[in-house]
Amino acid sequence: MRKDDFPLLKNRKIVYLDSAATSQKPSIVIEAMNDFYTRYNSNVHRGVYSISEEATLEYEKAREKVAEFINALPSEIIFTRGTTESLNLLAYSLIDDLKENDEILLSEMEHHSNLVPWQQLAKKNNIKLKFIHINKNGQLDFDPNLINNKTKIVSLVHVSNVLGTINDIKKIAKEAHDKGALFILDGAQSVGHMKIDVKDLDVDFLAFSSHKMLGPMGIGVLYGKSDLLETMNPFLYGGDMIKQVSLYETRFNDVPWKFEAGTPNVASVIGLKKAIEYINEIGIDDIEKHNRKLVKYTVEKLKKLGIKVYGTPKLNVISFNIDGMHPHDVSSLLNQNRICIRGGHMCCMPLMKKLSVNGVCRVSFNLYNEKKDVDELIKALNEILILAEKNGIAV
Amino acid sequence: MELLYEELMDHYKDPRNYGVLKDFDIKESDSNPLCGDEILFTIKLEDERIKDIKFSGAGCAISRSSDSILTEYVKGRSINEILKMSNDDFLKIYGFKPSAMRVKCALLGFIALKKAILRYLNQPIKNVP
Ligand SMILES: Cc1ncc(COP(=O)(O)O)c(C=O)c1O
Repeated sequence: MRKDDFPLLKNRKIVYLDSAATSQKPSIVIEAMNDFYTRYNSNVHRGVYSISEEATLEYEKAREKVAEFINALPSEIIFTRGTTESLNLLAYSLIDDLKENDEILLSEMEHHSNLVPWQQLAKKNNIKLKFIHINKNGQLDFDPNLINNKTKIVSLVHVSNVLGTINDIKKIAKEAHDKGALFILDGAQSVGHMKIDVKDLDVDFLAFSSHKMLGPMGIGVLYGKSDLLETMNPFLYGGDMIKQVSLYETRFNDVPWKFEAGTPNVASVIGLKKAIEYINEIGIDDIEKHNRKLVKYTVEKLKKLGIKVYGTPKLNVISFNIDGMHPHDVSSLLNQNRICIRGGHMCCMPLMKKLSVNGVCRVSFNLYNEKKDVDELIKALNEILILAEKNGIAV
Repeated sequence: MELLYEELMDHYKDPRNYGVLKDFDIKESDSNPLCGDEILFTIKLEDERIKDIKFSGAGCAISRSSDSILTEYVKGRSINEILKMSNDDFLKIYGFKPSAMRVKCALLGFIALKKAILRYLNQPIKNVP
């Protein structure tokens, strides 16, 4: 699907199968950023000269584009550095409202970025962490009793970056709201890969990263419901987030700027806008269908080779292991065939423990991948299996 | 597929000095955040020399084979001599040249060993990378 739009894939003879770590970028994204730096690079919200106005307008148009993409209001879109910063912003800002012995519910399949901030702040404030366990199929084993009137925050990953599981968010979000808790969604692997409508999912907050959805690095989004953002305290203080400052007092800016202290990454915001336009042009449903087909095809081929696949991969990622071989060795060997996959703990050490492994090999796709990429992977894996057998280290 | 791996395989499949000493003077563990590899050394000293050493832990072919080669090399040597060795010295002994990211795997055990000795000697460990 439109591989030619991606200059890196034309320039390097590689099979890129690590899009869940970061996706490649289409040339229109790169050009839009280049255009900013070569034609109207200037700071936003400050200058009254033409190029600064142009930069500000483009920056705010990007906010509108992101809002429309997830069915939110522009004032509900905060630009951050990425999912990690979005989740930290929430943790630091929301923790003030929690009391000792209140509870936060997470799951065993969270990325470290949706675990460590909560874990560290919970420890400091004597707040209890609870976890939804996962079952043999790599799905959340959700019991409504996990949420009670002490639960103040439920924060979950939408699509697991290891298992590819798509969690049933609506059901759990409803349960959280019924008991008066806030619901936060980590959309790092879902936004840009399937249609996301924050109203339909009814989540209070959504965090995601531009670089995993064909956009540039260094920019991400935090969506929050207007009324919640209004009452929350900012996480970073400084320029741009203020209305009035005296030596001893500050009146903060309106939402969303209240949460965007300092000079933002304007070029990347403009690149993200282009990425969304590109996705819209192709159609998110077609992208989803394409990736799902590749996943299904790959899982079948892996199983035919007798390779163990974890969970029930659906959307865009597949994790597997070759018996007796460390995932880093498998990825190094594949690299010799110019195949790029990820090997390791995937920033999910607790999940690795649950799966009783030190790490996994992970293959992930985006719209530029083709069946041919999978065929090359399978061929190389077959050679690795032969090598392993010859050396007596695998089944 | 690749010569390096074929040669490493011997140490990977059949690592030397693998296990945990019951009677030891030094015990040190470390891990590699990149891949989650873990290493545990137990060391028995005699006259400031390494009388016996064992390693255990889960690791990739590079970390496991380097630990296997490292423990073979240091057995019988004085701890001062080991402290004087640089990373490059060890990589020469190891004999394989892993890619830039994976040099960490090859050095995990060597650096942990140096830290363990410094800790044992009550010396600051700030100069170990
Ligand atoms: C599920 C999930 N959450 C959070 C993150 C963190 O994203 P970032 O590193 O862009 O902040 C990732 C990406 O690695 C992820 O896959």
